[in-house]
Amino acid sequence: MKITLRIWRQANKDAQGKMQTYQLDNVSEEMSFLEMLDLLNEQLTDQDVEPVAFDHDCREGICGMCGVVINGAPHGRYNSPVATTTCQLHMRNFKDGDVIDIEPWRAGAFPVIKDLAVDRSAFDRIIQAGGYISVNTGSAPDAHSTPAPKREADKAFDAATCIGCGACVAACPNSSGMLFTSAKIAHLANLPQGQPERRLRVKAMVAAHDENGFGGCTNVGECAAVCPKSIPLESIGQLNRDLIASLFRGDGRTIS
Amino acid sequence: MTTTAPDPALSYYTLGEEIHDTKAPGGPIEKKWPTRQFEAKLVNPANRRKLTVIIVGTGLAGGAAAASLGEAGYHVINFCYQDSPRRAHSIAAQGGINAAKNYKNDNDSVQRLFYDTVKGGDYRARETNVYRLAEVSASIIDQCVAQGVPFAREYGGLLDTRSFGGVQVQRTFYARGQTGQQLLIGAYQALERQVNAGTVEMHTRHEMVELIVHDGRARGVVTRDMVTGAVEAWLADAVVLATGGYGNVFFLSTNAMGCNVTATWRAHRKGAYFGNPCFTQIHPTCIPVHGDTQSKLTLMSESLRNDGRIWVPKRAEDAEKDPRQIPEQDRDYYLERIYPAFGNLVPRDIASRQAKNMCDEGRGVGPEVTEVTQEGESRQRRRGVYLDFSDAIDRLGKKAVEAKYGNLFDMYEQITGENPYEVPMRIYPAVHYTMGGLWVDYDLSSSIPGLYVCGEANFSDHGANRLGASALMQGLADGYFVLPNTINDYLSGAPFEKLDERTPAVAEALSSATGRIDKLMGIKGNRSVDSFHKELGSIMWEYCGMERTEAGLQKAIELIRELRSEYWSNVKVTGAAEDFNQALEKAGRVADFMELAELMCIDALHRRESCGGHFRRESQTEDGEALRDDEHFAYVAAWEFTGDGQKPTLHKEPLEYHFIELKQRSYK
Repeated sequence: MKITLRIWRQANKDAQGKMQTYQLDNVSEEMSFLEMLDLLNEQLTDQDVEPVAFDHDCREGICGMCGVVINGAPHGRYNSPVATTTCQLHMRNFKDGDVIDIEPWRAGAFPVIKDLAVDRSAFDRIIQAGGYISVNTGSAPDAHSTPAPKREADKAFDAATCIGCGACVAACPNSSGMLFTSAKIAHLANLPQGQPERRLRVKAMVAAHDENGFGGCTNVGECAAVCPKSIPLESIGQLNRDLIASLFRGDGRTIS
Repeated sequence: MTTTAPDPALSYYTLGEEIHDTKAPGGPIEKKWPTRQFEAKLVNPANRRKLTVIIVGTGLAGGAAAASLGEAGYHVINFCYQDSPRRAHSIAAQGGINAAKNYKNDNDSVQRLFYDTVKGGDYRARETNVYRLAEVSASIIDQCVAQGVPFAREYGGLLDTRSFGGVQVQRTFYARGQTGQQLLIGAYQALERQVNAGTVEMHTRHEMVELIVHDGRARGVVTRDMVTGAVEAWLADAVVLATGGYGNVFFLSTNAMGCNVTATWRAHRKGAYFGNPCFTQIHPTCIPVHGDTQSKLTLMSESLRNDGRIWVPKRAEDAEKDPRQIPEQDRDYYLERIYPAFGNLVPRDIASRQAKNMCDEGRGVGPEVTEVTQEGESRQRRRGVYLDFSDAIDRLGKKAVEAKYGNLFDMYEQITGENPYEVPMRIYPAVHYTMGGLWVDYDLSSSIPGLYVCGEANFSDHGANRLGASALMQGLADGYFVLPNTINDYLSGAPFEKLDERTPAVAEALSSATGRIDKLMGIKGNRSVDSFHKELGSIMWEYCGMERTEAGLQKAIELIRELRSEYWSNVKVTGAAEDFNQALEKAGRVADFMELAELMCIDALHRRESCGGHFRRESQTEDGEALRDDEHFAYVAAWEFTGDGQKPTLHKEPLEYHFIELKQRSYK
């Protein structure tokens, strides 16, 4: 296949970026999208042009490190028949002669570092605010001491599959990080071990979300549509219910 | 193989003193760990915050250690090369984690997990460490459940378990096919809680490029900030490496693209012994290679072998047929045929080698590829075998199979474009895990005082072959329960002398790190880093992969030396050093792989026996199984670096089995 790529190039976070066009021949159907970018980078290296910077690591759709906007959709969701990460998108979903636009996540909370790589440390700060159960190593009771109903445990699992890639933020017209935040809320709220800190957690995480420059959620649903792990939109409903309930409790921090 | 013939490896290394004291206390094996915990010196809680521990890596071992030491009150500085600690490659582990809980009432016990692990490792693991691993395994499950790890549960609300390779009990806890992800998120949450509490200082996008050793003690690391390119020294009272394995020396592996040997190799060059570098695990169930532009291989979890049946056609001429058209009597379920007791659940090394044997015979499936044998002969072979779920789907129904393995099936379909519910999966072995790593004693201390090594980065628990679902167990055992109970013994002697950037050892480490970066940037040659890495990988796969020979390994060493000298005169690194520069990151890592590769081949050459994943063609039983030579090789090979271009020194640590009888492994 011959492919035309239009890629966002930006030298650093303060530099002005622009779309740059590259031609690529010999793209095979079997290649993953990132292997296609590897091919481009080998070609650029040959031509003494600096390769395109992009984040990636596991290349099996689980680490959450990769993620670019492809033809306007995070992870190229419009080009894939199924939910996908960028690394699991394959070139068999494109055809000879295609023009592909590749851009970084665009959100105030995710500043561009270089080309297609962005800074997502704001997600870590949301988790730091309360996305955990406070249990020190060594202090746990026997695993079977508290049975967890299967239905809720399965729900917790579904929410816990979030990989923190940031596609939800990139897709949202408000750059809201609410799907990400609610995935952690729903994960821990559906387990017996998550109950003691449930109200406190939701207040703290939502406050951290807002402080880190993410926009508010207006239930557009683009986040869930592009999520590579199909985190359901209803987890935001769970977050809202828990948040409202928490407002009638004195524990935790107050939301301004 | 006769060991009396002259050993050609002798021209590649020198023999040093043996290692006899591994710091494990005496007494019965079940008393060793409690004894060590009791005898270890303590640090008063009020003094802990005055002590700094550097931890490199945030996977299961590093993340768990950082969280636990932070909770204990130490000042922890934690580094990872990814943009978040949650991305460490432990996250990709699929199938499960072992623990001797005996929740299934199937005769499991600490003793049995201990025995299975030593046997699975083909009797090349250190008995004392493995027993402790089995002992703490149950606490790991308790800890993870308390953290909110959503393990699979039964309708009664209790935990479900399944079987894994090399064992006959169901002791593997799992969270669908994403167990590693869920365990890592648990450790990550515990870690972020400590970041919030101010005990852990987290630095992402930082790569360790040098170890600082002062006055015989590990006292810090030099890192490169991968965003700005700044090279900085960080000082501490102790350093912990939890930087994973070195499978990417083969270029193609199931490791993440960024996995590397740099941290451990830099430590090795500063005096840490490297244990059993040639012990690498080739995992039997991976998606086959599709072509030259492939960048990595994807594992299909071993858990699939619980319900999937592995087969090849009986006749080579059926290789091109649609597998669904091949009748039952024309299929060879070779693992069930050769190993009736364990069937499809034999250990990984055996399953891999048999897949290779079937394909070597010409009965492989999938596209035909041209390959050159070690003897230089060119031939056509198909590199794939079937992993078939049709029986399981008939027996359990599609829905039940989907609930157990759905995400793996989806992943397979996305990568290959084939639907595994309809057509059998095609799989082939791929490099997956490295049992070798920095040598550590019972306390997980390397041969440099103050340098501790956890998880896959150390060599300690898996011998010559790791059993499935044991990597997660070991990473978390080291990080949550072992290191936090041994490092205090060392830290009780702290604080040590105050250092700064003018201290000669620190200045030397900084200038060595920047010097290397400048050198790589200055070569301005004609070949990309990746092209060298791919060539190195193909040498290693061919000569130091699933089957190794004396002549092949010697040839590999020559090829590696030539390639390395070309690398340092012809590699092209674009961009600038003081910038976000992924070409430079790769260049530093590949430079270290080039040095490690030679040591791996020397180790493989000197070990003139087959054991576990190390298969020497010259040493096999009549029916082609690995033939150990316990008389000459029942030891850990701990290699000491002696200088560039110098022969490494081999220190043997004899393996003494007091609680398990040495036997020929049999899974028949």
